[in-house]
Amino acid sequence: MDELLVVEGLRKFFATSRGIVRAVQDVSFAIHPGETFGLVGESGSGKSTVAYMVMGMYRPTGGRILFKGQDITMPHARRPLVLKKELQIVFQDPGSSLNPRRSVREILELPLRVHRLVDGRKLQEKVEELLNLVELPPDYAEKYPRALGGGEKQMVAIARALATEPSLLVLDEPTSALDVSIQAKIINTLVRIQKERRLGYLFITHDLSLMRNIAHRVAIMYLGRIMELAPAQVFFERPLHPYTQMLLSSIPVISEEEERLKPAKIVSTGEIPSPVNLPPGCVFHPRCREAREVCRREEPGMREVEVGHLVRCHLYGA
Amino acid sequence: MRRTRIGRWWYKFSRNPLSVVGLIIVVGVVFCAVFAPWVAPYPEHAGPYVNYREANQPPSLAHPFGTDIFGRDVLSRVFFAFRSSLLMGIVVLSIVVPVGVTLGLLAGYFKESWIDILIMRITDIFLSVPPLILALAITSVLKPNLTNAMIAVSVMWWPWYTRLVYGMATSLRNEYFVQSAELIGASKFHILFREILPNCVSTILTKMTLDMGWVILIGAALSFVGLGEQPPKPALGTMVADGAKYLPEYWWISVFPGLAIMLIVLGFNLLGDGIGDLFSLEEA
Amino acid sequence: MPDVLLDVQDLVVHFQVYGGYLKVLDGVTLQVRHQERVGLVGETGCGKTTTMKTIMGILPKPPGVVRGGRILFKGRDVLSMRPPELEHLRRSGISMIFQDPTEALNPVFTVGEQLEDAIRYALGKRDHASVREVALSALQNVALPDPPRILESYPVQLSGGMRQRVCIALALACPKELLIADEPGTSLDVTIQDQILRLIHRLAEERKMAVILISHSLGVIREWTERVYVMYAGTIVEEAKTGELFARPLHPYTEALMRCVPKLTGTGIAEGIPGRIPDYFDPPSGCRFHPRCPHRMDICRQRKPQLFPVDRGHRVACFLFGRDSHG
Repeated sequence: MDELLVVEGLRKFFATSRGIVRAVQDVSFAIHPGETFGLVGESGSGKSTVAYMVMGMYRPTGGRILFKGQDITMPHARRPLVLKKELQIVFQDPGSSLNPRRSVREILELPLRVHRLVDGRKLQEKVEELLNLVELPPDYAEKYPRALGGGEKQMVAIARALATEPSLLVLDEPTSALDVSIQAKIINTLVRIQKERRLGYLFITHDLSLMRNIAHRVAIMYLGRIMELAPAQVFFERPLHPYTQMLLSSIPVISEEEERLKPAKIVSTGEIPSPVNLPPGCVFHPRCREAREVCRREEPGMREVEVGHLVRCHLYGA
Repeated sequence: MRRTRIGRWWYKFSRNPLSVVGLIIVVGVVFCAVFAPWVAPYPEHAGPYVNYREANQPPSLAHPFGTDIFGRDVLSRVFFAFRSSLLMGIVVLSIVVPVGVTLGLLAGYFKESWIDILIMRITDIFLSVPPLILALAITSVLKPNLTNAMIAVSVMWWPWYTRLVYGMATSLRNEYFVQSAELIGASKFHILFREILPNCVSTILTKMTLDMGWVILIGAALSFVGLGEQPPKPALGTMVADGAKYLPEYWWISVFPGLAIMLIVLGFNLLGDGIGDLFSLEEA
Repeated sequence: MPDVLLDVQDLVVHFQVYGGYLKVLDGVTLQVRHQERVGLVGETGCGKTTTMKTIMGILPKPPGVVRGGRILFKGRDVLSMRPPELEHLRRSGISMIFQDPTEALNPVFTVGEQLEDAIRYALGKRDHASVREVALSALQNVALPDPPRILESYPVQLSGGMRQRVCIALALACPKELLIADEPGTSLDVTIQDQILRLIHRLAEERKMAVILISHSLGVIREWTERVYVMYAGTIVEEAKTGELFARPLHPYTEALMRCVPKLTGTGIAEGIPGRIPDYFDPPSGCRFHPRCPHRMDICRQRKPQLFPVDRGHRVACFLFGRDSHG
């Protein structure tokens, strides 16, 4: 198998003053080269926590992470330098992921210097190459982040992530803070680069319409668990889990054509429960229209309903 | 109208007119200090000079600040006294800032490790001693002169910078740009001095500017009790002390040096505000 | 038009900066009728919030300065109102809810303290009991469960959705004729945002209020408004009934924007719009969109197009759809 990243039974608990927060529970998936794996969910779903564990920013409480067959389930500080080249992340807020006191050139040179990828004179050339890759003019190298728009800052963050020629890029809501026209440009750039370099993307967003256009496979998370995982087309055309259906029914769309594709409107009532006080049984049952007796008692397991399509729901006999 | 970089800086700086006033005062004081031999009307009065016939003259055209008990022109001596004042400020800050800032960065970044505990507890100890007492204790053990006064003030001053930078470093280390640098694999040195420190510089510079005034004031306090620059070299505090015995009759001998101290502190305070504005991240 | 509640005519607002001015608003014209739900869509930096702040009289001046135009609310010009009249305007005329409910609520006071403050100010009531009653019913009206507990809570103890509801309750403590909702629920999850928009819709109907809904999300605009204004770089570029705008977007910017929105059909996303938003210090001459427009003509660089009527209620500021008296 040529999987780039394999995540098995990943778990993350935080001990807080309010109790144990079970942020991530029993998460498993794999990403292949050239594939975009989408992780979608609302706040508290644990999607960012999964990303941070892959990057080594959090230490998993349980489970394994394998990169190119090698076990990397360790905090970032312990990872070999070579690994730090291979996995990079782009954060949500471009405003805070670039140091306001460093120029674009200095920001882009850092990974090149740390990993000694290029020497001396070639450094300037490489920086220009990176700017070119994200379609920014070369004179941007001398600018500081405050002179750049949100989209341009994010482009610099992407260029920085690509500087070490990683195999896997984690993108945590990279365009959520940006306008739609700028998002379009960035997404297209990301797709182009992925094709050119056969990169794997772990793409996290809460925007389902965006996910539809960028992901090859999608997993939806709720309160730390994956509720459904399927190839993109199947996920959107034949959603099985009630939560998926509920979410899909409430996204705002801009054409009649799209309206017809949405499942019937399910109005969500109530708040999203906090990960400290998890409901017993299936964590989604308090908001689920289809909830039955068994849902209140027993947590369902992941079940492969058809090839590549997994659901965690008692409706499908898990 | 062309927008230049310097113009932008001036725009940001001068939004508050008081900052400009501060700048003028400070530039004036520095000018008088540096060019004292040429600017002071009676430069020789700053050394061993005695002329009892001219002693205790009130302010006049010939002596705008009057003369003291030895007949020396107070104005000229004030200009020369600026030298030791400014020197104290510069030397103390040159020692205190690198030390205090580095310690603060280390403690803040490595928060909750033994480094943090060690550094911050030592800082706490130094901060718990009343500052002036500490300075007095040190200078009275050592020989009283300008150098030792500078050492004493340095010893009591560094913890403030450590505290200041500690607070900033603890919050900055959680910023995404710092985490990005860590994830890229940058060295700790790089993270401390090239990622975190540049974001502290504006606060540090503002404090340094304000501190110039306060260090000078403490220096004057030390020389007031005879523990700083020794006679016959003029020092503002000493001049105030010398003239104190003759108040209120020969008031000018104490009052003008006292006003000079006040002016210096005011100038640096106002300038400090402007420096803060200058370095803020807003676009003009 | 007799039933026009808010009439903004050719509003021009500049901001003073080093070396000159940022010419942010370049002649904004829009109207809101009684009980109408109007949408204002535009991307970051187009001037939507500046426009609303000027309407409310809360534009910071300096550095802001109004260079031209009128803002008529029920026939009275807001720009020439004195502070007491402006206070009256905000007390019973227009109210605004902001994008980030966390920033809009004071973290060191309880919800009850802030709400009762607003009620006392708005209604002039004094006695504790009746103020508390109004506060409780205000919270019930925004569908918050267990109002007494909410009154005792601090904003940090509430979820994002609940905070946004509290902000709405604060804004509507006293009946208003116009509610300006600036990106409501944008920072919240899509299901919660849906609830918030639904709530605003219901309250508008119950209280016969007009609403200006500002959003950069076209989907939200389409679902919750009757009429839309599209704004770009400080000016209105298109105006139409909502259904009409989405069926037939005419302005090149509107068209391009719609193509950039990811579609549920999975047909991919357009390449984005070439160029970047203009530098307000030295904006493009004529039509501010012309440097990025695939259909630009010579005249677009020379003169700013006015809003040309194309159809009933559908107007476009583009020389493709009309010429002014000069040619």
